[in-house]
Amino acid sequence: MLDRKLTKGNIALAEGAIQAGCMFYFGYPITPQNDIPEYFAKNLPKIGGTFVPAESEIASINMVMGAAASGKRAMTSSSGPGISLMQEGISYMAGSEIPCVIVNIMRSGPGLGGIDPTQGDYNQAVHGGGHGDYSNIVLAPASVQEMFDLTIKAFELADKYRNPAMIIADAMIGQFQEACRLIPEHPVKSYDKNWSLLGCESREPRLLKSLYLGPGEQETHNLDLQKKYRTMEEHEVLYESIGLEDAEVMIIAFGTPSRVAKTAIKELRKNGIKAGLFRPITLFPFPKKEIHEYSKKTGKILVVEMNTGQMLNDVIIASDRNSTVSFFGRPGGGIPYPDEIISHAMKLL
Amino acid sequence: MYHDVIMTGFGGQGIQMISQLVAVASIKKGLNITYLPSYGVEKRGGRTNVTLVISDEEIGSPITNTPSGLIAMDLIGLEFYQPIVARNGLLIVNADLIPDDRIKRDDLNILKIKCNEEALRIGNQKMANMILLGCYIHEIDFLDIDDISRIMHEVLPAHHAESIPDNLNAIKRGMELASSK
Repeated sequence: MLDRKLTKGNIALAEGAIQAGCMFYFGYPITPQNDIPEYFAKNLPKIGGTFVPAESEIASINMVMGAAASGKRAMTSSSGPGISLMQEGISYMAGSEIPCVIVNIMRSGPGLGGIDPTQGDYNQAVHGGGHGDYSNIVLAPASVQEMFDLTIKAFELADKYRNPAMIIADAMIGQFQEACRLIPEHPVKSYDKNWSLLGCESREPRLLKSLYLGPGEQETHNLDLQKKYRTMEEHEVLYESIGLEDAEVMIIAFGTPSRVAKTAIKELRKNGIKAGLFRPITLFPFPKKEIHEYSKKTGKILVVEMNTGQMLNDVIIASDRNSTVSFFGRPGGGIPYPDEIISHAMKLL
Repeated sequence: MYHDVIMTGFGGQGIQMISQLVAVASIKKGLNITYLPSYGVEKRGGRTNVTLVISDEEIGSPITNTPSGLIAMDLIGLEFYQPIVARNGLLIVNADLIPDDRIKRDDLNILKIKCNEEALRIGNQKMANMILLGCYIHEIDFLDIDDISRIMHEVLPAHHAESIPDNLNAIKRGMELASSK
């Protein structure tokens, strides 16, 4: 077994980014993600990378845009209020097809909210946030190991599709510690960037832009983007399933609630109730087909989130019309306990 | 095997340190752990709590509202978590800061240890947390003092390396106290 080190979620994420070849970090401090810039500040200069403590989140995302336009792997991280400020820049990068990674270690909102863990930013990440018809790639880690592995994955997918990739994790996933293998599972993939802007000596100039004013140009551009999103839906869906072969109740959750659900499911099964878990790992592309198939088989679904029901709507759309979808959520920093999930699951039987 | 414990006290008592030792020693033995510290707008002297889950299987929830163990280094921590400890669970209290009459549960395995006094007796009042860690090690079956001794240099900051023998002595003293109860 490879050596596993006790590691904090935020640190695993930052180390994963460095091992993915991210040499540029721009950010502005906010709890509960401050371990990330701290780690970059300490470690990026040692390997010739660039760490800039920006004057604001708006500046951060635009610095990311500049570095990424030159073809370099670049990222920023923040929490809800800061991510809100970045939306214009994210939309511009989606429109200009500039790949980057944006990390949101979610704290409770709305507004300045609080520093407790939440999943209140699901809709912002998955259903836009910025203006225009675009989608982010959205990954949802549920362990310290996944904070490391999925950060590498985020850089790979961002480059592969020339698209912003977001990692959204509630503050608990950022702050807790587990044993972690801090070595990539597979060699990190890189992609040819024949679009990057590095000076056009001895070649034709290139342009990265989101402004298309010619007749029909913007419509064509939008349809091309949509084609790209459909390709992601076809090839990039990731999920975990447990005990769904014989489940009479399917719990659907991501991040911390999926962890708590695993404990609840173990208890339920001990008591003879066949419960199973479906955990989306990619929130975009969302595992629509898979949820549809399992919902036909299982019939009864309990969605658990640390919000008032955001992924819930995507589950309802994906599920078979004859299935029953129920919801248990705790917003504003509340964390569901295993016994709460158990009692909500029991109500479905 | 599954075990969950909450360790609680105020900043400076060494709650994070003993939790780290248990976590790292457990990982070295091939066990899975989750280590959930309280975090937030805290300051020196503020609350500090850790929830540790240790298992030889995959761990689901890193939070618990029925811990099988509680180590309380002060009264606030005891009063907050005492009601939720699982029946027949383990309760280790710092009897120097927690009056006997504040312990309300009679369905637990309770160790009342004057760890501040003991730490002074062995010559270093900073070792109170290690005394309680020793009691804890005595009561659980998945770690022994050799497991802690093996990883102590990884967890203690380098400038405290010379204090390792003293720390181990304090743990041993804690184990003795637990065995004589």
